Amino acid sequence: MFLGFFNLLRSYGLKVSMQEWMSLMQALEMDLGNSTLTGFYHLCRCILVKSEADYDTLDKVFALYFKNIKEFEELPEDVWKWLADGEIERMLDDIPDIDFDDIGIAELLKMFQERLAEQNEAHHGGNRWIGTGGTSPFGRGGYNPKGIRIGGESRHRSAVKVAGDRRFLDFREDHELDSRDFQVAFRRLRQYSSRVDAQRTELDVEGTVKATGDNAGLLSLVYEKPRKNTVKVLLLMDSDGSMRRYSDLCNTLFQALRKSNHFKDLQVYFFHNCIYDHVYKDPTCTYGNWVETQWLMKKFDSEYKVIFVGDGAMAPYELLTVGGINDMRLFNNEPGIEWLRKLDRKFSKKIWLNPIPKKRWNYAWGSYTINIIRDEFDMFELSLSGLEEGIKKLLVR
Amino acid sequence: MSEEKKMITFEGSENYVVSDELANAVNVAIALEKPLLIKGEPGTGKTMLAEAIAEALDMPLLVWSIKSTTKAQDGLYVYDTVQRLYDSQFGEGDVADIKQYIKLGKLGEAFASDVQTVLLIDEIDKADLEFPNDLLWELDKMEFYIHETKETIKTKHRPIVIITSNAEKELPDAFLRRCIFHYIEFPSLNKMEEIIRVHFKDIDQKLCDNAMKAFYKLRSVRDIAKKPSTSELLDWIQALIISGIDPKVLEHRIPFIGVLLKKNQDIDLTDGGKRCF
Repeated sequence: MFLGFFNLLRSYGLKVSMQEWMSLMQALEMDLGNSTLTGFYHLCRCILVKSEADYDTLDKVFALYFKNIKEFEELPEDVWKWLADGEIERMLDDIPDIDFDDIGIAELLKMFQERLAEQNEAHHGGNRWIGTGGTSPFGRGGYNPKGIRIGGESRHRSAVKVAGDRRFLDFREDHELDSRDFQVAFRRLRQYSSRVDAQRTELDVEGTVKATGDNAGLLSLVYEKPRKNTVKVLLLMDSDGSMRRYSDLCNTLFQALRKSNHFKDLQVYFFHNCIYDHVYKDPTCTYGNWVETQWLMKKFDSEYKVIFVGDGAMAPYELLTVGGINDMRLFNNEPGIEWLRKLDRKFSKKIWLNPIPKKRWNYAWGSYTINIIRDEFDMFELSLSGLEEGIKKLLVR
Repeated sequence: MSEEKKMITFEGSENYVVSDELANAVNVAIALEKPLLIKGEPGTGKTMLAEAIAEALDMPLLVWSIKSTTKAQDGLYVYDTVQRLYDSQFGEGDVADIKQYIKLGKLGEAFASDVQTVLLIDEIDKADLEFPNDLLWELDKMEFYIHETKETIKTKHRPIVIITSNAEKELPDAFLRRCIFHYIEFPSLNKMEEIIRVHFKDIDQKLCDNAMKAFYKLRSVRDIAKKPSTSELLDWIQALIISGIDPKVLEHRIPFIGVLLKKNQDIDLTDGGKRCF
């Protein structure tokens, strides 16, 4: 049943498993959806979807799959006319005291087609024909818990309409995020080891049993070191003018990283456009307030995982030529790309996060330099999904 | 049997306003005998839900609050090795009776209970990333084995399991597949008024309106880092009622701003409640 719907959901990237699908079928069998489309929609939502970020996908697919239940553009002209002329609008709280037949959606559609074929004049306020203000399943401005609304405004919220609203658009994962989302992502950046300097605070039960045995049964407690995260992070962030439009996003990332207190060490330096002889200690990149890039590479061992954040978009000479640095007071004897390559050789785990959306990397201003940098570094889009992918990359042994 | 199961339906309780969608999700979870995973903004009543279900269905509630150090095993049972070793050393207690040193955790209690219970696993995302996976078998089969006593603890009545999460960590897919999921939306104005009326039966209409107006306005301010939640609104209204403040005051300033906003920078943003946006 509804296998097409299942396939459509999967093709839209909603990872519905067989297990969940079978649960849904079971629920339908137990009539938990009261055999209505609204009920079915809510069942789908609570059984098939496991994150509010995916609610929107469900809504989209649901509205798409069941759309012909909402839209009857191809209705005969006459029917529209009857509906337009009928002025009866039932009061919202005027819910009639009738037992409505439990009709499945397929049957409902069939009935609708039959009525369309039979009906040849306007009917309003009734319970059988297509019209306004009545209790038949077809028409507008009336009441039927399982009806098809034709034109007019939704009043009692029904399934397809609810889905069509797409209220959960905001929760989609490809949307803007707050620092918490980034933080959650950064939590995955960890590698545990018990070979760290720490107090021995955890009771080692097996060790204790053994030691006690060795001690002729006199209790001897053994403690061991707790496991600690050993990941060290070096963040190098572009704070150039062209990055300003992404400052919110970068700021969020920066905050998230700062708040992630589970790293063994976190170092942050800034650069302007591209990295040359110096990296700066603060985002304003003031002249002199820097450390030498050479020093940086000596100071931090290659185990540091390096995250570059930058749009990589600049004039080609800034990246490729000697003296390409855009600060008049400075001169670089090696082109920026050489410095990037040096860093690349030094650190084995590194990623480049680019706030420019991935689909524009080939078209945005600066696409030439972006792609040169992409040849050297694994570049990911600075979004939640991009960051997650990047973190996976950093953790590959 | 299935007839009997259908009898159990949840429609909210006296002190807890539930949306149709949520009630529906609860009933689906009960009928399909699957854990119900609840997510939502802090303060939307995730934890309260389990209390309300327990109250409405007249079942005992067991709460297992998860902390960052909680292990799955803690929920099943704990074998107090150290106590047993000590006892053996000082000749106290019956060391031969290993059962004495097996203490059931909350999950174990729920399984062993003679009546059906509501089990709340609160803030599951606080625990280690692997934690939910360690519980798969137990939540599926509703049984576990105690190695020390060679006993199997099996449920007599499948508990209604409610799991809450604040989305601090993502939960593993295998775990999610077994759950019914519901995201509690932030209440709409109408729903909020209903909630307020449940808690303050004869609140002045003007006060209720103005408080909600100020509250939603405050929530819509973009720069506020920690948005006030329902529970904070309720506390705030309580404070307003006790102090007998004139509802008109709320149009110009927000008294007791500290009840609504918890972060210093947020309070500064509103000028200590003097600015009303």
